[in-house]
Amino acid sequence: MSSSKRSTIIVEHLRKQQMWDAISKGKRLDGRNLDDIRPLEIELDIIKKANGSAKVKLGNSEVIAGVKIETGEPFEGLENKGALIVSAEVLPTASPYIEPGPPDEETVELARVVDRGIRESEMIDLDKLVLVPGKIVYTIFVDCSIINADGNLFDATSYAVVSALASSKIPVFEMQDGKVVHTGNSQDPPVTTIPVSITAIRIGEAVILDPTSEEEACMNARITVTTNSNGDYTAIQKGSTGAFTVEQIKKAAETARIKGEEVRAKLKESTRDG
Amino acid sequence: MIQTRNLIDENGRRTDGRTADELREIKINVGVVKNADGSAFIEFGKNKIVAAVYGPREVHPKHMALPDRCVLRCRYHMSPFSTDTRKNPAPSRREIEISKVMREALEPALILEDYPRAAIDVFVEVLQADGGSRCAGITAASIALADAGINMRDIVASCAAGKVDEKIVLDINDTEDKEGGADMPVAYMPHLEQITLLQLDGILSYEQFNECIDKAIRGCEIVYEIQRQVLMQKYFGNETELKEEQ
Repeated sequence: MSSSKRSTIIVEHLRKQQMWDAISKGKRLDGRNLDDIRPLEIELDIIKKANGSAKVKLGNSEVIAGVKIETGEPFEGLENKGALIVSAEVLPTASPYIEPGPPDEETVELARVVDRGIRESEMIDLDKLVLVPGKIVYTIFVDCSIINADGNLFDATSYAVVSALASSKIPVFEMQDGKVVHTGNSQDPPVTTIPVSITAIRIGEAVILDPTSEEEACMNARITVTTNSNGDYTAIQKGSTGAFTVEQIKKAAETARIKGEEVRAKLKESTRDG
Repeated sequence: MIQTRNLIDENGRRTDGRTADELREIKINVGVVKNADGSAFIEFGKNKIVAAVYGPREVHPKHMALPDRCVLRCRYHMSPFSTDTRKNPAPSRREIEISKVMREALEPALILEDYPRAAIDVFVEVLQADGGSRCAGITAASIALADAGINMRDIVASCAAGKVDEKIVLDINDTEDKEGGADMPVAYMPHLEQITLLQLDGILSYEQFNECIDKAIRGCEIVYEIQRQVLMQKYFGNETELKEEQ
């Protein structure tokens, strides 16, 4: 059951007042403008045991994504497509407020929204990942571990997944005497587009991009918009307990296209095959 | 997504005979669960959903209580017999997410500061699912909350729009959801003109996105009109009809 809860991070009243004052002047407490994104650092292939991996730092938020590719049965209703499963876990290392245990609703939402962004954009051409139609397909698992949480985990996790997937090597499997055999070769993944997720939050009447966890503790509402390389929208999720006006939503969607292009260039540059 | 057949025929009719701007038939009954403080039963196309509200009441466990406002708890659940293949009754990840977005869609409309240290529980049970069950669920829950006499700023109305055969249509049904191009559920407070739920899966261009959101809001306004009539009928009966005639 979903339940309203107090914010885990307590922002003191004076600090909050400072934040509001700064925002009303178009600045943030860390010196950024309202629509500035924190520095994005991407490191690839940090896990040699994985078929692809990436460590992404977005400000102080830090996420590792690892790709593991196996063969398995296709999903029901999608018999002639490879399977892609994105999941995420906020590790107990990430902040003092996280306890080990089954994922809470926020983590479930995080994993599902990131998964939706990648899946709905059809980033990977899953039609090309079939071994025996209807029976055996490639199964791509992308698992994300959030090492340190400082806000905007949606975007940080999404960038990590995209980087890890785009730079992964798919092991080539073959059918020999009815058995799946690894040929020892590998190939590049069939990447069709680079989805980019941009998250904005509303504090009072101001909409700011890429919030820190301190800013998230003061937010009224959140929106995550994912765009593909054509600038089309592929996934949106409004979150948190406040509302948006129609104008704010349309503005946020437009910003997501423009800012998404900047981030996409960066993601392409850092993943070798672009 | 597999496009197997045309979902819109040459006359602009959809698989269930509707036009692009037409909603499925909506029927709402208020006060159907006798033990609940507020309740509603909605039939939204083939969706059959019951929503019940208990509270404001004491919070258990006590440490969950908030000193300055009420705790809103929300559970969206699908009955095992509500879908084509039996649904495992244990809450799925999808249901966990919908419970969360549903709570966040209702919360802006409620004046939770009026009930500090208390809890309001909203239970939404999908008895028969037909695409757009979260929208129908929010619509019913909102009526149930009003029926429970909870202080509210506005009623939340909800409706989806989406893309079918490259056309933007209102109120996506099950077939269109599975075979169509995009689905965008929206919840809206018509008086405050604010959006409390917005999700999208599927690909929409910039122009399509704007068209889709405007269309969904128009859908929400139609749903709101039905909600308003149902509540007026329940609480004022024929009185309102007379007034409106004058």
